[in-house]
Amino acid sequence: MTALLPRRGLAQILALIVILAVDRVVSPQFFDLRLQDGRLFGSLIDVLNRGTPVALLSLGMVLVIATRGIDLSVGAVMAICGAIAASLADSHGLPVVLAAALGAGLICGLWNGFLVAVLGMQPIVATLILMVAGRGIAQLITEGRIVTFSSPDLVWLGNGSVLGLPVPVAIALGMLILTGAVVRGSALGLLIEATGGNARASELAGVGTRAMILSVYVWCGVCAALAGVIAAADIMGADANNAGLWLELDAILAVVIGGTSLFGGRFSLVLAVLGALIIQTMNTGILLSGYPPEFNLLVKAAVVLAVLLLQSPKLSGFAGIMARLRGTKP
Amino acid sequence: MENGLDPAPPLLEVRGISKSFGAVRALQEVDFTLRAGEIHALLGENGAGKSTLIKVVTGVFPRDAGIVRLGGEEVAPRSAKAALQVGIATVYQEVNLLPNLSVAQNLFLDRQPMRFGIVREGEMRRRAKTLLADFGLDIDVAAALGNYSVAIQHVTAIARAVDLSARVLILDEPTASLDRHEVEILFGIMRQLAKRGIGIVFVSHFLDQVYEISDRITVLRNGRLVGERETASLPRLDLIRMMLGRELAETTSVRASEGEHGAREVCASFENYGKAGYVAPFNLELRRGEVVGLAGLLGSGRTETARLVFGAERADGGQARVEGAPVRLQSPRDGVRHGFGYCPEERKTDGIVAELSVRENIVLALQAKRGLHRPLSRREQDEIAKRYVKMLDIRPPDPERPVGLLSGGNQQKVLLARWLATSPRLLVLDEPTRGIDVGAHAEIIRLIRELCDDGLALLVISSELDEIVTYSDRVVVLRDRAHVEELAGEAVDVGNILAAIAADSVTVALEAHT
Repeated sequence: MTALLPRRGLAQILALIVILAVDRVVSPQFFDLRLQDGRLFGSLIDVLNRGTPVALLSLGMVLVIATRGIDLSVGAVMAICGAIAASLADSHGLPVVLAAALGAGLICGLWNGFLVAVLGMQPIVATLILMVAGRGIAQLITEGRIVTFSSPDLVWLGNGSVLGLPVPVAIALGMLILTGAVVRGSALGLLIEATGGNARASELAGVGTRAMILSVYVWCGVCAALAGVIAAADIMGADANNAGLWLELDAILAVVIGGTSLFGGRFSLVLAVLGALIIQTMNTGILLSGYPPEFNLLVKAAVVLAVLLLQSPKLSGFAGIMARLRGTKP
Repeated sequence: MENGLDPAPPLLEVRGISKSFGAVRALQEVDFTLRAGEIHALLGENGAGKSTLIKVVTGVFPRDAGIVRLGGEEVAPRSAKAALQVGIATVYQEVNLLPNLSVAQNLFLDRQPMRFGIVREGEMRRRAKTLLADFGLDIDVAAALGNYSVAIQHVTAIARAVDLSARVLILDEPTASLDRHEVEILFGIMRQLAKRGIGIVFVSHFLDQVYEISDRITVLRNGRLVGERETASLPRLDLIRMMLGRELAETTSVRASEGEHGAREVCASFENYGKAGYVAPFNLELRRGEVVGLAGLLGSGRTETARLVFGAERADGGQARVEGAPVRLQSPRDGVRHGFGYCPEERKTDGIVAELSVRENIVLALQAKRGLHRPLSRREQDEIAKRYVKMLDIRPPDPERPVGLLSGGNQQKVLLARWLATSPRLLVLDEPTRGIDVGAHAEIIRLIRELCDDGLALLVISSELDEIVTYSDRVVVLRDRAHVEELAGEAVDVGNILAAIAADSVTVALEAHT
């Protein structure tokens, strides 16, 4: 409810609109869409498609961060699960491939959750372990090679389309709806926010804080697995060294742009995904502009700063404008 | 009384201060006068404007109107640091020093003795040692401040302020987390500083302490000045009347008719229940419609008993029963499942989830009890929140307000509401009236009695013996982490409790053998 369609999203929506406008200036065909072979094409679709992995990661990451945690291992988990999917793709059917990859992601999440929730490790250190070890595991699976496959089922997952949308986009949308339904349809959302807001107090109120923490890491692992499978399907191969590289940082960034505090508590799934889209819109815009990709990093930093400034409570002037726009609450 | 002939010019003169936050008028033309060398208590209920006044005087908040004169000269500091520079220092309840730095570093923060751009650690420690010696403290100044008790942290903060040549020292609830002995030390220091001509403003909820230490009292109510009196000539009842603006009904005993407690049905019992190194095994029966008080000094095992009973701590021996059936209490979840509720002493760290709304805080325990798959709908949540906000008179009556923005008394009510919403059979309250104002205090005590009349069993911890005697049917006295005495009926009075706490019985010696 509050987090599915939040009132607080104004800063993010404004940022997205501004970036889209800039993209339109840079590339006049930016908003052009055309239907070809039952599938939409265009820069906007490309943004959605390219943004899928980070959007999926941010869905898990936002829950982890809401419990006052962080998961640095998602990029490595993507590599592991992509490698598993690629290795099995030509010998097994899609259900087996998916089950194996998602199962691996689930186990990775359990491992992280076990370290954090049961052993009480600091999340940043606990997940650093898998961040480092995960790439090694992925390389063991691929035996140091880039594993390619030609299974049409898996290729469809990365390049096919449903209802005019690229399959990855449809999957991300489905995951957003599923996560939202699970989190806000049950009491999970409230209990996660309470756990992140004050774990001691929540524990004393009878909340199973360990179970909450464990479950968000598991979900984060599953989301990362899905992102890994899609990334592998997209390039029809698994590159243990580069799949998902640094994407954990983009996912964290997406969550922060989405207004969820690294100190835990209140979170918003939709805004986290919006954050992922803002990042991808920038990336795509810079590519289309023909500037060297090095600019990407600087521009990204500038936009992040701008969004965070808009959210800063110290900039009360903006808060005043928002209040007036909303017309009600101060 | 005021004679207007006081020859000494006032040290700090506050005249006609007003301050509004939006539509809320927090202060309206408040005057305050502090003389050199006096200890001046600033009193009022929560929300009376004490904190706002302090923050306006020290420049944390800008003021809307009025002037502040220090030693006859007008001052207008724009920050706490600027206030410190003109000689007005504030030490807050939560000491705002850096616990990870050493005591010496804290004392000389921002003004370390330097040579060639390098801090002279040795010199700094020597000076820190001398400085603290003035305050009767002989501690290792190289150790991290966080290793020391809150009392020592307070003294360090005061020493720092005084050394920064403060002429006005404002102490905001300095004694809230100190035990009796530490309070004595602090009071000794305050008297010594007053003798040196420093004016001290003392904000406290503990009226006993106010009478013990202060020379003069200023009372605020609803952002207005009620009056300034000399402590010695102000009867306590008059003071409470000034603070509340109404007669207190607390003089009437609210204790239920005595002698019938034996007949009440037992709702939870604990046999030989205890944990090594935590609380010695005890027997405790809690009955419906009965308040059991836990009395004892700080550290005597009161909170530990409460945590064992609720399940926040695991017992390593003994048997707990609920309605006669044996149960295992391994975690707070078990306690909640068996219909227990626990309002901990540390509201901020263990009680409220500050960022979440009043509504979410109220439904939290009920939702946890129902489980994930049975979420309370938004409508149910709204109804529950509305019901308890009304029933407990939570203010402001806005269920969507983040609970961290409420006053201490109202946060306590939110916590009570959280447990009442689970329809508990037993409520454990640890210092339910600590740090809240007199009005809410009386209200909470009334509530405790009402809940009990509704058939709830209550286990209540309080340091205030008068209070515990007022509502308890039985009182368990603790000493040295063991239950040493249980008083019931006529025997429940302050004298008997004190005797039990002080008694030099053989149990201590016996324990040493086991």
